[in-house]
Amino acid sequence: MTQISDVGGARTVPPSEQAPFEPAEVGERPGTTGDKAVTGFSHTILIIWSVLVILPLIWVLMSSFKTSSEIFASPFALPQRWSFDNYVNAWTTAGIGSFFLNSVIVVVGALILTMLFGSMSAYVLARFTFPGSRLLYYLMLAGLTFPIFLAIVPLFFVLRGIGLLNTLPGLILTYAAFAFPFTVFFLYAFFRSLSKSIAEAASVDGAGEWRTFFQIMLPMAKPGLATVAILNFVGLWNQFLLPIALNTNPDNYVLTQAMASFASQAGYSVDFGALFAAVVITVVPVLIIYLIFQRQLQGSVSAGTNK
Amino acid sequence: MTMATSGELTSGISPPSTGGTSAPSGLRRIGSARWRRRNLTFDKISFFVVFLVIPVAFYIGFVVSPFVQAAYFSLTDWTGFTPAMNFVGLSNYGRLFTDSTFLQAMGNNILMAIVIPIVTLGLAMFFATLVTVGGSTRGNIRGLRNSSFYRVISFFPYVIPAIVIGLIWSQIYDPSAGLLNGILTRLGLDQFASFAWLGDPRTARWCVMFVIIWGLVGFYMVLFIAAIKGVPAEVFEAARIDGAGRFRTAVSITIPLIRENVQTAFIYIGILALDAFVYMAALEPGGGPDNTTLVMAQQLFTTAFTKGQFGYACAMGVVLAVITLAYAGLVFAVNRIFGGKSEVGE
Repeated sequence: MTQISDVGGARTVPPSEQAPFEPAEVGERPGTTGDKAVTGFSHTILIIWSVLVILPLIWVLMSSFKTSSEIFASPFALPQRWSFDNYVNAWTTAGIGSFFLNSVIVVVGALILTMLFGSMSAYVLARFTFPGSRLLYYLMLAGLTFPIFLAIVPLFFVLRGIGLLNTLPGLILTYAAFAFPFTVFFLYAFFRSLSKSIAEAASVDGAGEWRTFFQIMLPMAKPGLATVAILNFVGLWNQFLLPIALNTNPDNYVLTQAMASFASQAGYSVDFGALFAAVVITVVPVLIIYLIFQRQLQGSVSAGTNK
Repeated sequence: MTMATSGELTSGISPPSTGGTSAPSGLRRIGSARWRRRNLTFDKISFFVVFLVIPVAFYIGFVVSPFVQAAYFSLTDWTGFTPAMNFVGLSNYGRLFTDSTFLQAMGNNILMAIVIPIVTLGLAMFFATLVTVGGSTRGNIRGLRNSSFYRVISFFPYVIPAIVIGLIWSQIYDPSAGLLNGILTRLGLDQFASFAWLGDPRTARWCVMFVIIWGLVGFYMVLFIAAIKGVPAEVFEAARIDGAGRFRTAVSITIPLIRENVQTAFIYIGILALDAFVYMAALEPGGGPDNTTLVMAQQLFTTAFTKGQFGYACAMGVVLAVITLAYAGLVFAVNRIFGGKSEVGE
């Protein structure tokens, strides 16, 4: 950023125009104190917001070590004893561990399927024009904009019809199908930006369509694939509606839905300590992954919507 | 971002093209390659079947056909568990528009679709502006120092599942043991000692909206920062030389230039606000006090999976879809109306 502005600043102002403004730019302006005020103001506002974001998370972390009676006694007091009892309860009684595993299976399975299908279709749509390609475009757009809620009732019966209701494979297929249009849209733009001459060169060199795709185009699309994979991962990991409607067998619960049911159970037995611990167990791994990959992830977000 | 990508691409391109040492033989083969392209070889046919037909059939089976079926089911009195399905025309829709609970849910959704996008994107734009142009006005335009810290922190909620965000805040709002009332009583505001934020019809919907906004601001802030950084620095410098202050620059330069991003953001967040099911499932599973936080999606879900009125629930789904599309259309229209004006600003 700074590099760009350095270059830009030097280039854009023509010398003739620059002259009259030079005193203002070089001389001591009263603006400097104003600058400090603005900078200070900016920092203050952003710090307030950061505290607002962080404080609830720290409070959850602290409460996860308290007993239920301590939680009710005072929301601020530190736990008397830093024990991991709540974590043990959340892991064993609530079974967070096995739900975590279910989530991993479903999300990874769906991710592989949707990335494979999505990249193949996006490539074909980007490289070839054929009758019906316009129609396909609108079908994808419909999948992107229509609420999943519209489809949820028929989907229930589709899955029941093929015997995959309440199973992890059924969930994998559904997740993959609903991530498909976004994947295609994103990668379509990406494959479009790859030069056509490369595919032509490959076929000149005797590579078939299959080889061209897997050995040349796909490796070249790696940055785009990484971006869309990250965005899909976050979206699918957080998915809630599809599992609660299509996967009601408690053994097959994914993490998000297990959290919801655990919370409603905790409402009766009032094991809030374990609830807080379960929240921490859910959030911490993702937060750590986020902190490691935050550059890539934030880059993905901007790439995903700024195309 | 696009710059970086294309840079990587060109570097990725070079090996195959320079590796093509057999130029003469390649030239000879061009003709045959073209000729083959017109013919349907096994390679070609299998390629199209596997790359397009199978994925699209899969997509149609799991996404498109349920959408179409829902539209059809909405015209029936189907209960799902008996094969009997009578065609009842538009009577489900007639019933919907006299169903006061559903109409209330629709009103709640519409209010949320107005408030949440405006507040969230307003805050996100404000923070993004502070981060990108909050630095010194002397020399080059620069952002705040250490601003990546704020970016990382604000982005946290995006990676927390929405259901967990809802659970965290339902504990914070808890009347007796929650953080919010703890802070307020500590500040001497004893009337809040056991105030039920989520149980009072005056506060429930605003508290719920706050949670959604809290969860989304950071995401859109990062988005806008990236968009603003994509604007060439010359534009801002020219504006400054012309005497535009920070506020003026933000309103008449920045926002018009990243208008496309703002439009996309409005559509994403509006779709989310018209759904809001996840947050409600954690914060107000029962629809809230006097149904003040009930949303259409919750009503649809109970109608379908608790009451088993699938035809009626599908009609709700169709109404939800129509409202979503109308919202997207409205955003496009508003953008177009204000679009002409900002061209002058550039």
